Amino acid sequence: MNFELLIQLVINGLIVGLLYGVIGMCFVLVYKSTKIVNFAQGEFLLIGAWVCWTALVYFELPFLLGFVLSLCFMAAFGILLQQIVLRPMIGEPIISVIMITIGLSIFFQALMKWIFGVSAQSYPQVFDQQSINIFGLNIEMAYLMSTAIAIVIMGAFYFFFKHSKHGLAMRATAFDQQVAQSLGISVKNVFAMSWGIAATVSATAGIVLGMVNGVSDSLSIMGIKVFPAVILGGLDSIVGAIVGGVIVGVLENVAEFVDSQYLHIGNMYDIAPFYVLLIILWFKPYGLFGTKDIERI
Amino acid sequence: MSSLTMRPCGDFRTSYKQDNTIFETKTIRMLAIATVLLLCTAPLFLDGYFLTLCIQISYLGIAALGLNILVGFTGQISLGHGAFFGFGAFASAWLNTSLHIPVFLSIPLAGFLTMGVGMMFGLPAARIKGLYLAIATLASQFIIEDFFARADWFSGGSSGASAEPFSLFGYAFDTDQSYYYVALFALVFMFIWGCNLMRSRDGRAFVALRDHYLSAEIMGIKLNKYRLLSFGVSSFYAGIGGALYAHYLGYVSAEGFTIFMSVQFLAMIIIGGLGSINGTLMGVIFMVFLPEVLESGVSVLSDTQWGNIPMVVDGLAYIKEMAIGLVIIGFLIFEPEGLAHRWAQIKNYWKFYPFSY
Repeated sequence: MNFELLIQLVINGLIVGLLYGVIGMCFVLVYKSTKIVNFAQGEFLLIGAWVCWTALVYFELPFLLGFVLSLCFMAAFGILLQQIVLRPMIGEPIISVIMITIGLSIFFQALMKWIFGVSAQSYPQVFDQQSINIFGLNIEMAYLMSTAIAIVIMGAFYFFFKHSKHGLAMRATAFDQQVAQSLGISVKNVFAMSWGIAATVSATAGIVLGMVNGVSDSLSIMGIKVFPAVILGGLDSIVGAIVGGVIVGVLENVAEFVDSQYLHIGNMYDIAPFYVLLIILWFKPYGLFGTKDIERI
Repeated sequence: MSSLTMRPCGDFRTSYKQDNTIFETKTIRMLAIATVLLLCTAPLFLDGYFLTLCIQISYLGIAALGLNILVGFTGQISLGHGAFFGFGAFASAWLNTSLHIPVFLSIPLAGFLTMGVGMMFGLPAARIKGLYLAIATLASQFIIEDFFARADWFSGGSSGASAEPFSLFGYAFDTDQSYYYVALFALVFMFIWGCNLMRSRDGRAFVALRDHYLSAEIMGIKLNKYRLLSFGVSSFYAGIGGALYAHYLGYVSAEGFTIFMSVQFLAMIIIGGLGSINGTLMGVIFMVFLPEVLESGVSVLSDTQWGNIPMVVDGLAYIKEMAIGLVIIGFLIFEPEGLAHRWAQIKNYWKFYPFSY
């Protein structure tokens, strides 16, 4: 039993899990307010990371400026996408909605590969110090920053939804669209806003991940890995997304540990969350915090 | 009404039998038989390139029809059809090489094996539907893919599995020309079977489930049984398609059966038309020809002076992928009922000509 490795892996899992939580939050946000399942979430990460990379490396902007610019770009991108592609899908059957986001995902993934190539590119150095030592554990600066950013985003979400007018409008829309509309909330704006926020926040996660591992099209896998997290937490619960994200992040690292020490099956890191996903769907399809659908005849 | 030669301008059917016929008029039946006969002579005048495409259409068409039975007729969603297709391919190769079962038996047996696996992964479908089912099948796609990469005894692991050519009574169908007949026979057989399945009690139960599952349940249709059965039938079709693919190529490797393939199957049935058997075939033909047309378009462009842009020529693979994504989005926005619906509109236009408003 290698305790040090286990603890290191659990901490890695917590850090990555917080990022899963952030991505899951965007997913839940879009699902709650627009009832659209976003299979193109991973492409938001990918596009955001590439745009920021272009700003930093190609145009050689300072980090903060490039970061903010790419976030602005992603907000506009998310709103435009909603206006052009997803608005006609309101009221369509679920298979069409799923397929249109899958179509978007294929399109943008191929486009990004076409423009930027398939090999991973790394960001310029942002921090002077690569990693720091906390309680005898080596933690990379970028990871530390990602945790900080994730917590800031979560706090911002909390503040936005509890204490701002737009957040209230979004919650009202998620609760009941017709009632919200009759109270003078522009549901169209709420839809556009939720896509804008989702794109921006996902892009932040994408940039952070890109700083750690380099930008490549493997970033878009995060969009698929977020499914176990949100299903575990419950599809329509923002708290659930965070809890689910952290659990999945820790779980895949622990699975990797158990596999490398005892089982030697291989590839557990990638596949264990999906086994968990099937088991949850079997026993508790609405997740830990999700609302149960009650159907009346 | 099959005694008529032309379709009437309205609904004059008076019995269930008339409502249920495969061919509405005599002309359509004759045309269908003539088409199949014409297709039988195709190797005489088509060259190898088009024969390859035809064989591709056959095995993909069989698998896509299975998916349409599940998605279009039963209203369930599956994002794991590509994995089941792959399972059929590996299963047939494995049955043939390890257990020495002749190929013409191993293909249907692979279908049944895939059916078992599909029903196993379809078990959650008895409890969940819609989005949750989509995600559950997504998980099964990754789990099966992982299984291919790992199970050396079954799939040959990373080196892949080799499959013997199809042979019957000592005659090996190992050329494109001869395998074309195997594929054509399988396609026609499976499509007629699909048509007949949808006319039967089980098929009507599927449609009832899709349209209003509560009413269906009240009328005595067992939800769990038919949802599971639909998964089984769809995986069976996928398995047969995959097995035909394996024995055509002679070699199966695990890389091909990704989520992208599952999406392509879904794209085929959405482009063709959900819940339409003819539409399935139209969608498959569309999706098989789309990359070929793009490729020849690019090669024509690259011969001209101004079209020889290295980015376009080198990025052909990405352009094909992007086109698939664009086509899915375009069809869903502009023609959500697919090519089958468009075809029906064209027919209506001519039927009521010149008063087709």
